[in-house]
Amino acid sequence: MSFPWARHYEPKNPLTQWIDSRLPLPRFVYNAVGAGYPVPRNLNYFWNFGVLAGVALVVQIVTGIVLAMHFHSSAAGAFDSINGTIMRDVNAGWFLRFAHANGASMFLLVVYIHIFRGLYYGSYKAPREMVWLIGVVIFLLLMATAFMGYVLPWGQMSFWGAQVITGFFSAIPVVGEWIRIWLLGGYAPDDAALNRFFSLHYLLPFVIAGAVILHIWALHIPGSSNPTGVEVKGEQDTVPFHPYYTAKDGFGVGVFLILFSTLIFFFPDLLGHPDNYIPANPLSTPAHIVPEWYFWPFYAILRAFTANFILEAKLWGVVAMFGSIILLFFLPWLDKSPVRSANYRPMYRVAFWVLVLDVLVLGYCGGSAATPGIVVLSQICAAYYFAHFLIIVPIISRLERPKPLPNSITEAVLAGKSGSRMTETAVSA
Amino acid sequence: MLPLFIRSIKFLVGGAFIFVLGLALFGTISGWVQDPPKETAEEAMHHHPKELRLPSDGPLGKFDNQQLQRGFLVFEKVCASCHSLSLVSFRDLQQIGYSEAEVKKIAKDWPIKQPVQDPKAGTWGERDNLASDRFPKVYYPGTGTPPDLSLITKARHGGPAYVYSLLTGYSEKPSAEALAHFPEFAKTPDGMHFNPYFANLNIAMPPPLTADDQVTFSDGTRATVDQMAQDVSAFLVWTAEPTMQRRHAAGVAVVLFLLIATGLAYGAYLTVWRGVKH
Repeated sequence: MSFPWARHYEPKNPLTQWIDSRLPLPRFVYNAVGAGYPVPRNLNYFWNFGVLAGVALVVQIVTGIVLAMHFHSSAAGAFDSINGTIMRDVNAGWFLRFAHANGASMFLLVVYIHIFRGLYYGSYKAPREMVWLIGVVIFLLLMATAFMGYVLPWGQMSFWGAQVITGFFSAIPVVGEWIRIWLLGGYAPDDAALNRFFSLHYLLPFVIAGAVILHIWALHIPGSSNPTGVEVKGEQDTVPFHPYYTAKDGFGVGVFLILFSTLIFFFPDLLGHPDNYIPANPLSTPAHIVPEWYFWPFYAILRAFTANFILEAKLWGVVAMFGSIILLFFLPWLDKSPVRSANYRPMYRVAFWVLVLDVLVLGYCGGSAATPGIVVLSQICAAYYFAHFLIIVPIISRLERPKPLPNSITEAVLAGKSGSRMTETAVSA
Repeated sequence: MLPLFIRSIKFLVGGAFIFVLGLALFGTISGWVQDPPKETAEEAMHHHPKELRLPSDGPLGKFDNQQLQRGFLVFEKVCASCHSLSLVSFRDLQQIGYSEAEVKKIAKDWPIKQPVQDPKAGTWGERDNLASDRFPKVYYPGTGTPPDLSLITKARHGGPAYVYSLLTGYSEKPSAEALAHFPEFAKTPDGMHFNPYFANLNIAMPPPLTADDQVTFSDGTRATVDQMAQDVSAFLVWTAEPTMQRRHAAGVAVVLFLLIATGLAYGAYLTVWRGVKH
């Protein structure tokens, strides 16, 4: 579906006509990310991050395929094949490895900004619930893929990270330990587990790519949201994706690549942990087991549960950690406010920024050693996280009195209140 | 009744999580109050690495081959008797300025040989190292397990500064009264060496650099303990990532290219959007 004024693909040259009448793939691309897709004219830079996530996925798949050509998937050979062969002897192997390792961080970074953009502008609300649901699925797949990839170098953090994460399954009452051993193929992570992780780490990115296609498909039914949250009313509200947003995304990709290259070439180990340059040693537990930065908030939630209440504390932690993501599936129905953009929702806007702060503090806690002070802070922030989604947002959506919305995107743009910047509408309204 | 339950389930779920977190919070705080964590010996006496400046520092750092060769000499004469360097090949030494002939000689003369198995008899023997071999693994029979040094400057917080501080940081064990606060720590067995830069303060490695002129540098640099420690730290930065200098050089070109390309992309963006209010 598309807006009635969407441009139509009209192949002019005989070859493209020949192809289009047999396999309309060029038409499909034209309608998906070409001139055939009308997009609101007032999107701000926060709308670049979907495309950036797509770029990151392609970077990860391409570098990953080449790295897999040199990687030895065995407990005895994995560390050496990465830190020895790939880093020293493979042509530009160091570049591929640092690009892939930092690419994971860049991917998660842009995905987090993409998710928080959705939260601020209410992109999860009707009629875009399906876009949001598929997005949460992609996020879960991405986390699984990133975790399994981190295990592959078989350093100390890889090994002990695998030990901790697979230990989640042993929290399941009665059969947990049995399930853990079955999944690992042994009592502790070893060859069997490493090969499973490698196999799945190669598979999941393609599952993600499939889910991304569904994500974009679902997006194209209602069309893109926009900073005012007011739906498109007519042709004057939109511009064709190409050349308008391809040009804007081209600039965004440039900025993304500058930041990414700065990491790869000048600070490649900035986001890594020194312990992962120590080969895995099942007999020596690192002083502090910490995951990569992008898991810190969830790790803090996991560690916040220290009290047994009916269930074991560990099980509460695991349930809450997964629950903190699962509850995003319910967000479209938890937030009943018909107004999408937080620019017109004074109470929700405050709650949003408190949530951002809360997640940042959780991230800080997850990355720190679990001293009593850090645990107390994690417990307060974890409680606030659940309160935000399950209590505060539902109540706000009933109590709040939204500000008057513009009649159309064009009206907002012409009044200089396009909401292109996060606060400008709020300040001037 | 049931519709009310369904409508309020979000509050129940949220309430349950918050209730359990509240219990946990209470437990943490009461535990904290009743049994406040005591300062450990590590917290009281551990030092952060000293400052060390090397040419390879920073985003544009380069290697100083002269220094790396001095560092290699210290590694060869001092470290190599206990520590492996198993990710580095002899041929890699050509990158720090040794000629092919020199590398072959270094490999051939290396005291630890490559193990080889006789394919007919199944017995193990040894042969001289070749330039294409990795540095042979060292088997250490004494107390402790000397770590492989290939990646040591990446595998420790502080990197080369940590290695330098550890090598120059041995000191007398603290006085008995200073140790009185830490009865557990004071019981540390003999044969360990006090070093405030080591994570748990007691290291099995005896001080490796004990006197000036322990090695003789061919470039005339005076081999003070401090100089040897600096040079071997610099060498271990190189072993951890021999391609670092190439990475920095490539990075300058890549980022310059991207700055220009992004500038052009911004120009294209402005041109395309000219006249469209947004």
